[in-house]
Amino acid sequence: MSKIIMLPILFPVCAALIMIFFRRSVAMHRILNVAATASMLVVSLVILGSVRSEGILSLQVGGWEAPFGITLVADMLSSIMVVSAALIGFTTALYSLGTIDEEREHFFYYPLLQLLLMGINGAFLTGDIFNLYVWFEVMLISSFVLLVLGGRPQQLEGAIKYVTLNLLSSSVFLAAAGILYGTAGTLNMADLAMRIPLLDHRELLSVVAVLFLITFGVKAAIFPLFFWLPASYHTPPVAVSAIFAGLLTKVGVYAIMRFFTTIFTHDGVSFIHQVLLVLSAFTMVVGVLGAVVQYDMRKLLSFHIISQIGYMIFALAVQSPLAIAGALFYIVHNIVAKTNLFYLSGLVHRLKGSWDLREIGGIYRFYPMLGLLFLVPALGLAGIPPLSGFWAKYVVIKAGIDSEHYLLVGVALGVSMLTLFSMMKIWNEGFWKNDPRGEGSVEDEGYLRTPTMKKAVTLVPIIMLGFLTVMFGLWFEPFFEFADRAAYELLDVYNYIDAVIGGRS
Amino acid sequence: MTFLLAVIVGALYAAGTYLVLRRSIVKVIFGLIFLGHAANLMIFTVGRLTKGVPAFVPEGAEILTEPFADPLPQALILTSIVIGFGVQAFALVLFKRAYLTLGTEDLDKMRSTDQLPEERL
Repeated sequence: MSKIIMLPILFPVCAALIMIFFRRSVAMHRILNVAATASMLVVSLVILGSVRSEGILSLQVGGWEAPFGITLVADMLSSIMVVSAALIGFTTALYSLGTIDEEREHFFYYPLLQLLLMGINGAFLTGDIFNLYVWFEVMLISSFVLLVLGGRPQQLEGAIKYVTLNLLSSSVFLAAAGILYGTAGTLNMADLAMRIPLLDHRELLSVVAVLFLITFGVKAAIFPLFFWLPASYHTPPVAVSAIFAGLLTKVGVYAIMRFFTTIFTHDGVSFIHQVLLVLSAFTMVVGVLGAVVQYDMRKLLSFHIISQIGYMIFALAVQSPLAIAGALFYIVHNIVAKTNLFYLSGLVHRLKGSWDLREIGGIYRFYPMLGLLFLVPALGLAGIPPLSGFWAKYVVIKAGIDSEHYLLVGVALGVSMLTLFSMMKIWNEGFWKNDPRGEGSVEDEGYLRTPTMKKAVTLVPIIMLGFLTVMFGLWFEPFFEFADRAAYELLDVYNYIDAVIGGRS
Repeated sequence: MTFLLAVIVGALYAAGTYLVLRRSIVKVIFGLIFLGHAANLMIFTVGRLTKGVPAFVPEGAEILTEPFADPLPQALILTSIVIGFGVQAFALVLFKRAYLTLGTEDLDKMRSTDQLPEERL
């Protein structure tokens, strides 16, 4: 049964390979892309279901026993993340059908998307630190190519910043993994969790912990390591921006979560949680302030990613079971809402031909339903009650109050006001005010001429994710149960160790 | 030997850091390559250097006895060299492309993606 956790990695790699062999047939790429991501979604849901009923699943790749071979582990946290990745992969596959130009499709856009998903799934499922490094690189190299595909000057310029900072963080990761192996003699996460409390070299472990924090800090775009994100995320086509915005930074947050709840748990590194608290405050504030001044929709949303990461880091730093569950729920809510907002910004661009909010307007008047579809993720992100963001913020802030971090709770509440403000800025400028160029501009007609099929496939993902945002809000409890379960699993390290080292598959 | 390697690792890190902070993209890519090598050598060094004792089980014995040269750091380095090679090759091509398209190799002039629209010249 546990062999099933290979599938979220195998599906994308097989799909990508088949696509590369049949490089001329773009139609086949499209179908295979949607089919592969759809089956990934189904498989990941099955994994989630069986982890829920049977507990942690682990697989020793190649049959080498636990600390020696490569281990794949699906606990609650991993399987929730894999489901989110598959969901975003599937919606992006649909959205790409309607928005990606044929030239990019010919230059391996779909195989790259699959390889990106493979890297992300691998990073979520692996139980070995060096293997995590490898998956990070798989993910990075495909994201590099996706970012520059098309080769416009802006893309290349953004890519230079993105590539340089991410390569730097990879070399820090490698160094940290090396030192950790030198001190602990193993890189298997479960084995490390078992051995680290018994080690003598506390100072060296603190250094390793900080190095890992820097690495994952760059990936997750926490303050002050986020500069690559707003410099690059607005340059590629919006389908690419959306999948990056939804998933890539969350892989960094996932890694921080895994490392600082499972592996580095002893007293010597408890200062990390203090550091994370301070960083989270700055991340929230700086991100949202960056967003408030922007008029380019994509840049505004990019800065928002940073601000939202702050909430997750805050919850992680608090470390109570409630906070960890809150962080996880927040991650999933944010993946859904943020990706949706990027999809919508692409649609607005299609309608109005500009990313600049000052140049556009009047969408609500002609497309009231689109306005509604925008309000769901926008208000969801800001945390307005019936939607998912309210519960995410409620749990995080409740955990903050319980642990008496009043100052940070204040910051979090203030930042969500500013979040609401910047979302309303998009609403007022793009949807509510009259179009400064007069109604029925040329771009508008261009949109009307696009085939209905293409319009439909761009709308379906938006409706799907919007529906989920509402569902998370209205049926909060069943969803939160999963997050709660994951939090208890994470904090009970022995369970994890037992499943990996004790379990034979 | 360990001391010598430690000095080399330190020198590579210093040189790499210095180069990444330069304005020319050519120097930045060299800096990244140096940092990659520094990390690889560091894994090699902290994995403990053991001379002349390969990790073979001696005749008649059932298990390995200390000391033996740990093969794992070398396997890690091998993997990371291959990955690093691919990624650095990509970065080189990207930097060249960027130089040809943007017409500059000065990082201080590459600011258009970070500016607000009204600041743009």
